[in-house]
Amino acid sequence: MQSDIKKLSLILLFAPFALWITLLIIIPHMGMVVLSLREKVAPRVYEFGFGNYIDFINEPIYWNTLLRTGSMSILVTFLALIIGFPIAYYIAKIAGKRSRGALFLLCLIPLWVSDLIRAFGWILLLRETGVVSSFLLWTGAVNQPIEFLYNDVTVVVGLVYTVILFMIVPLVSTLDGMDDAMIEAGYNLGGNGLTVLRRIIVPYAMPGIVSGCIVVFMLTAGSYLTPILLGGKNSSWFTEQIYDQFITRFNWESGAAFGFLLLAFTSIVVWLGLRLTGQTLANTVAKQ
Amino acid sequence: MENQEAFDLECTGVSKEFGTVQAVDDVSFNIPSGSFFSILGPSGCGKTTLMRMIAGFENPSAGDIRIKGKSVLNTPPNKRNVKMVFQHLALFPMMNVYENIAYGLKCIGTDKATIEAKVRDVLDRISLPDVAEREIHQLSGGQKQRIAIARCMVLDPDVLLLDEPLGALDLKLREAMKIELKLLQHQFNTTFIYITHDQSEALVMSDHVAIMNEGRFEQIGRPEELYHKPTTAFVAGFVGDSNRWSGKVVALNGDRVQITTDAGQALWCPQRAAAPLSVGQSADVFIRPEFIQAVRKGAQTGAAGQENAIEGRVDSVLFNGANSRVLVRGPSGELIEADVVVTGGTDDLRAGDDVRLDWPVAQSMCFAT
Amino acid sequence: MRRSMKITGVIAAMMLTTASYAQAETLRILTWGSYAPDELIQKFEKENPDIKVEVTYSNNEEMIAKLRATGGAGFDLAQPSHDRIYAAQLEYDIYKPLDLSKIDTSVMEKSLLEGVKENTTIDGEVYAVPHQWGTSGLMKNKAMAPDVKSWGDLCDPKYKGKTSMRLKRTILLGTAFAMGENPFEAYSDLDKYQQILDKVAEKLIECKSNIKAYWKGGDDLSAMMLSGEIVASETWDSTAYKLYDQNKDIVFVPPETGALAWIDTFALPRKGKADDAAYKWINFVLKPENVSIMSASTGAIAAVKGGLDLLPADKKAAVNAAFTAADIDNLKFFANIPPGVEDMEGKTLEKIKAATGE
Repeated sequence: MQSDIKKLSLILLFAPFALWITLLIIIPHMGMVVLSLREKVAPRVYEFGFGNYIDFINEPIYWNTLLRTGSMSILVTFLALIIGFPIAYYIAKIAGKRSRGALFLLCLIPLWVSDLIRAFGWILLLRETGVVSSFLLWTGAVNQPIEFLYNDVTVVVGLVYTVILFMIVPLVSTLDGMDDAMIEAGYNLGGNGLTVLRRIIVPYAMPGIVSGCIVVFMLTAGSYLTPILLGGKNSSWFTEQIYDQFITRFNWESGAAFGFLLLAFTSIVVWLGLRLTGQTLANTVAKQ
Repeated sequence: MENQEAFDLECTGVSKEFGTVQAVDDVSFNIPSGSFFSILGPSGCGKTTLMRMIAGFENPSAGDIRIKGKSVLNTPPNKRNVKMVFQHLALFPMMNVYENIAYGLKCIGTDKATIEAKVRDVLDRISLPDVAEREIHQLSGGQKQRIAIARCMVLDPDVLLLDEPLGALDLKLREAMKIELKLLQHQFNTTFIYITHDQSEALVMSDHVAIMNEGRFEQIGRPEELYHKPTTAFVAGFVGDSNRWSGKVVALNGDRVQITTDAGQALWCPQRAAAPLSVGQSADVFIRPEFIQAVRKGAQTGAAGQENAIEGRVDSVLFNGANSRVLVRGPSGELIEADVVVTGGTDDLRAGDDVRLDWPVAQSMCFAT
Repeated sequence: MRRSMKITGVIAAMMLTTASYAQAETLRILTWGSYAPDELIQKFEKENPDIKVEVTYSNNEEMIAKLRATGGAGFDLAQPSHDRIYAAQLEYDIYKPLDLSKIDTSVMEKSLLEGVKENTTIDGEVYAVPHQWGTSGLMKNKAMAPDVKSWGDLCDPKYKGKTSMRLKRTILLGTAFAMGENPFEAYSDLDKYQQILDKVAEKLIECKSNIKAYWKGGDDLSAMMLSGEIVASETWDSTAYKLYDQNKDIVFVPPETGALAWIDTFALPRKGKADDAAYKWINFVLKPENVSIMSASTGAIAAVKGGLDLLPADKKAAVNAAFTAADIDNLKFFANIPPGVEDMEGKTLEKIKAATGE
């Protein structure tokens, strides 16, 4: 009797999660798999086959775009880590208790406006007749307006700005859990700043670093608006490719296949990253 | 007879202010080589700040700190040969025992073979030869304690600072570790500076103890000196248990002083040579429970004629084996503690018994307030 | 007993009220931004108190994608362009035939109505009627780029880094015309069309270094044009008209090979539930007094008789500044897109985007 009740409550507790996973993750993805394996042979006529995937392999434009998206996402992740770590360290360890909350909130502010508004903010700043260019003209540093927009550097900057928060949050929470005495012990036992950073702080923060990197990489590789709006004539992003397949070309089958390829690709990169850093997913999540 | 070289640590006029708060106020002391020195004080007395200044995590606002005769004021913490055992030990959880101990050696660039030998050696000396490959979370509390000490000792420090490292342990282990620490100190023959608010830790282990209060050193001395010959009212009250009365000096009689408590009780105590009391001064009288004899009223006593005597009624008996006490309600309603022997027989004092408390003048202490 | 009677009464009353609420139906319109101005919605709801209007803004591609996803459910009225009816219906079966007797076709401009009917008739059933029309062409800043008159001028090295276009099918078709081809005629021979596309792609890839950036929507195009960062661009006429309001130097230019004309239509999604309300809306917005309000909002010309005259004064001035009668005669209406063409064009666009221009 008692055990029945226990079992029932366990099932009830588990139900929302199971429903969420099944209805919103598994079933749509199954649908995507099925869709991606349909080949269009004529209007309203489809056949089962791997044609959509073969198309991807045979068309260098597609896999070049995927590789480009992947490598730029890795660059963005790396930059977000390099920039985000000192910020997170400052918030968690150096800032006073009172200013810590305020700083954290400050980091959250960009999330309050939509992606679109943020991208337009960058456009206003960086365009040829924008704030930065005009300011440089005014100071006399340059003698004609400069276009900062529409190139890969802008895309990377915009993406780093958009995702850096997702790096800072897990880093702050891991670093916050670190006893200050650990750092002092690192110095006390003879380590200089670099040794303490390399041998104590970074290894301690590793779970936070890895989870931050995973989130940031996935967000970047899957982002759409920022690369589209800030990108130049040549900057293709894989999500744009998927959108085009679905919307412009009405080619849902190959769009689904592309979506799946993106998922597989990012998963492989994350897996490789975990292997290289010697972390496990469980470790990363559990230590949070 | 002791020359300058024999001091491992000298502090002269060390002060530290945080804003308007005077955390450490003009503290001076010298610690001879190879001794176990404790700084004992209530929490917030500035002892941790003092220790952090010695380790180099804070800079003194004034004064000088010398280690082995050399000022370290401009030496960063990682260059001072002062190692520290932190309150919560601060072992590195992402390294195993071996790596924890080897960390400091790697920092100074010791070669691999030497590191290996030194780590094995120090593990032997703390009697934990087989734990090198263990992870920190696999160790017991006492083992962690010893690893934390070994991690410092492997670097051969001039001074080892210990910041209340026993605080987190349970009572039994704490008792065992007290003895162990003392033995380790003997074995390594290094100067230990031990910070604590627990007087029994300080008294049991130390060669010398400094009593710290409100940023100042009240008294430095051997444990028994502090106990029996406190120089200030604070030390008398803080070290060991004592009964305390406030009153006024009413008469001087050679080397004795008579004090009338606020409740009108007349008590005698010896005149203090260092700071003599004069008539009319207000003063506190202290007497330790073990010097008070509690006798059932009307009973025959062998040692009659003690000058100090108070009558009262037993309020309760606190049985604790050899350390049993009675709480006696004095004439003005105050509670007085006195040691008694509880045998379990019919002669034992019981709550409600009328008793007379008396004690020798020589054992009472009084300080001007 | 009496109490239960009372309760029954209350319940019955409640059901009655619910029933009367249920009569108020919702008209869900899937249309272009600014194609359902609030002023008109409020007026319509006042005239038809039992109809509530809900609007979803979209574009051609997304309209079709949305309807395809549901098999034509979720909306009661859609407004794709006339060339997006035929193939989409053949392939995805997302519209239902119109009952022309319920639409006051007499007010519509005859040529536009016949053109749309011809383009959207499948098995004798008509699937769309015209609503508004407009053109895609060029826009230039007269002061800075006085000579722009052909699609190809966007690639003129004189304006290097100062022109823009949208990387969509319009520029493919425009460039094809500028190269002396007629892509609409080639729709019937897809191999020929592919050849044209290849030529166009080559030209546009070459042109890439001349382009400052591909615009993505009216907003970024307007910003670039107004700030003078670009001096000429491929554009929708309505965007050009809006800019003309702010800077009289910025004018719409019908390319010498003819501006490409589109007609946005009314079509009923296959599983729409409020057909009558949809017909009411169609007839409502075609009334002359409403046409003015609509055109003021959209900047496009209504497909009714004398539609041009019903434009607000400022828009009319902009159109007159842009078009001569000859230009109007020279309009090239988008031809029906046969199945497969979107895919071919999509691939071509990808090729252009991926090519390194510099």
